[in-house]
Amino acid sequence: MALIITEEEKMLKEAARELIESKASIDQFRSLRDQNYQSFDESTWNEMIEMGWTSLIIPEEYNGLDFGYVGMGQVLEEMGRKLVKSPLVSSILFSATALKYSDNDDLKINFFPKLMSGETLIALAVDEKSYHDPDDINTRATEENKCYKLNGKKTFVLNANFSDHLIVLAKTDSEEYGLFIVKSNTSGIIINNKILLDTSSYSEIILDDVSIPKEYRLDIKISGRELIKKILDISCIGLSAEILGIIMESFELTINYLKEREQFGVKIGSFQSLQHRAAKLFSEIELCKSIVLKALQAIDKENTDLSYYASLAKAKLCKTAKLMTNEAIQMHGGIGVTDDSNIGFYLKKARVIQKIFGDYNFHLDKLAKIKGY
Amino acid sequence: MDSKIKVDIADFRTETRAWLEENCPKSMCQPIKDASDFYWGGRNAKFNSEDQKIWFERMLEKGWIVPYWEKKYGGGGLSPKENTILTQEMSRLGCRKPIYSFGISMLGPALLQFATEKQKLKYLPQIVKGEIWWCQGYSEPNSGSDLAGLQMRAEDKGDYFLVTGSKVWTSYGDKADWIFCLVRTDQNAPKHKGISFLLVDMKSKGVSTRPIKLISGKSPFCETFFDAVRVPKSNLVGNLNDGWTIAKFLLTHERQMIGGIGETDIKQSPHNLAKKNLPFENGKLKDSILRTEISDFELDDEIFNLTIQRIIDEAKAGNNSGALSSFFKYYGTELNVKRFELLLSISGSDGLLWLDEKDSGINLARNFCRSKGNTIEGGTSEIQLNIIAKRILELP
Repeated sequence: MALIITEEEKMLKEAARELIESKASIDQFRSLRDQNYQSFDESTWNEMIEMGWTSLIIPEEYNGLDFGYVGMGQVLEEMGRKLVKSPLVSSILFSATALKYSDNDDLKINFFPKLMSGETLIALAVDEKSYHDPDDINTRATEENKCYKLNGKKTFVLNANFSDHLIVLAKTDSEEYGLFIVKSNTSGIIINNKILLDTSSYSEIILDDVSIPKEYRLDIKISGRELIKKILDISCIGLSAEILGIIMESFELTINYLKEREQFGVKIGSFQSLQHRAAKLFSEIELCKSIVLKALQAIDKENTDLSYYASLAKAKLCKTAKLMTNEAIQMHGGIGVTDDSNIGFYLKKARVIQKIFGDYNFHLDKLAKIKGY
Repeated sequence: MDSKIKVDIADFRTETRAWLEENCPKSMCQPIKDASDFYWGGRNAKFNSEDQKIWFERMLEKGWIVPYWEKKYGGGGLSPKENTILTQEMSRLGCRKPIYSFGISMLGPALLQFATEKQKLKYLPQIVKGEIWWCQGYSEPNSGSDLAGLQMRAEDKGDYFLVTGSKVWTSYGDKADWIFCLVRTDQNAPKHKGISFLLVDMKSKGVSTRPIKLISGKSPFCETFFDAVRVPKSNLVGNLNDGWTIAKFLLTHERQMIGGIGETDIKQSPHNLAKKNLPFENGKLKDSILRTEISDFELDDEIFNLTIQRIIDEAKAGNNSGALSSFFKYYGTELNVKRFELLLSISGSDGLLWLDEKDSGINLARNFCRSKGNTIEGGTSEIQLNIIAKRILELP
């Protein structure tokens, strides 16, 4: 398969760019923050639903567009460029993906239409500590009569504050993994909302004897461990596409600044020390583009090396995001560290998204493990 | 694609595979150990083995020395699609190239683009038959990175040019038969506008060479001296004083070749070497710092290879990528230098061996030294970064 996007995917990307530039520019990001850290803009979200973005990865048999993850990645990249706040990542990329690869058809029939219409928003609760470690899960799902009782603590749950459902990863009586979908307002669930560095909403969740009917388990015959692995791989790849947008936009803002700003009577972009750094960033971004596309294709092609490509993508994009946003601030000089400039938003967003489902270190380590050293 | 073409393509693959399996001698399907395994052709051509001779002659007869050139120039006249299939089938079998030739990889493309029909008919078939070993005369002692500042003069003496000056970093200058050179034909014009592209027979009176020894202990490079050499005017390629256009065209080719070093040679993966050489603890490499270095290197290495693929695929889809050759050259060679640093780290004291009695063909310490030249030859990394900054990013 050629490493290029199709005409249809290109059109989707252009449409996404158009909508975002007209409706959800970076000014929207700033004003949401200034209005008491609002989570997202309703009217933009409704337009995104109308454009079909919530249906891109839903299979045709459930009335989805079945457009695939390469298409979804194009939208996420464009969203990354303007730091668009919306439920798309938590509810569709994470949670619709979880349902998609679940073998519980009743849940799919129940939730896919509501996810596509935006009637339901779902958050995915995985992490329990300040670092990502899906091998060390202590939340328990114990079987009682026709229910599971969930007990434990989750943290760093994106958009749980406004999601009406949660998908929770827990350990079962047999020390296996299970994934359970539950209404956020079920008794025993306490959601503590936090505002993080990037102004987004993340939650700590306490699960205290939360009762879930057995039918609400996502993995019936398939292995819960395999399911969460797949969800995390795909989510990491989608996040990498979003990071690519963050990187490309901060690169372009920085290059433009180098062409405008004058010191010593010349444009600062004429200085070789800055030119070489810009050229190095350009080169790293060329690599980022390749691995994001390759990894997105690996999802759609059901490549057996999905975990490998997911870790290549997340590791490379985290590494480059760190480099790029730091260089962006430095090359902007004094203005770069003021709140008046937008460039600081990219630094903050990058640092948060780097941490979601494993940072550079986590995925570099995983790559070594996959290769057996 | 219509079904007839599809069938023809499938037939071509089947026939090609069968022909290669029948005609490529076993020893010519073995990996290359070092440059001495190559056949270079030339006036004093020497085959290293009977198999090498058989392989070259069979490929020549088949028209597959340069399969994608037109038949009138000695090529095979294959379509791009057929050529891709031949390349794929050759690499599937592990077939060596029948000849290594700067004539094919460098001069040929320039002649096809810029030479007169008469010149093409004269030089291209010679290249295909391996009759002439070509080398390149670009850099001079005082113009390396500043290539356009070159000083070797070619004075118009009516029916010939009188060439005086010297070139440096001439690959295989002491073995080659002819040299393609950049020469200054106008002393007064701005430096890029006074350069011409000239072909010189190295048998001419006044041409001499001296090998350069590198830190690796050996080297294919030479200095080449021109002392009042008479060169016929018909050896000028392209227009007088328009040689810089050809030079830029060729540099793009060269960068892509050097940038691809890591890709085409037999590549040793650092993590496999580490598995062989170094102690493990709990299933992980015991040296955790080295483990991180290897993983970080292989992350970039793997993704760089994907990037080569992506840019090729984009080019096929019609997106011109010529300006990206500087990126390939820069990134590919920097990675290669890092690779050798890592291999040396992983090999411990075994990797330091200089005089190798067994002569296994792969001397790490020497190759390590040689790799340091990669980020210099063909335009230093810094020059490539300048080009990216100016031409791609359009910085002032």
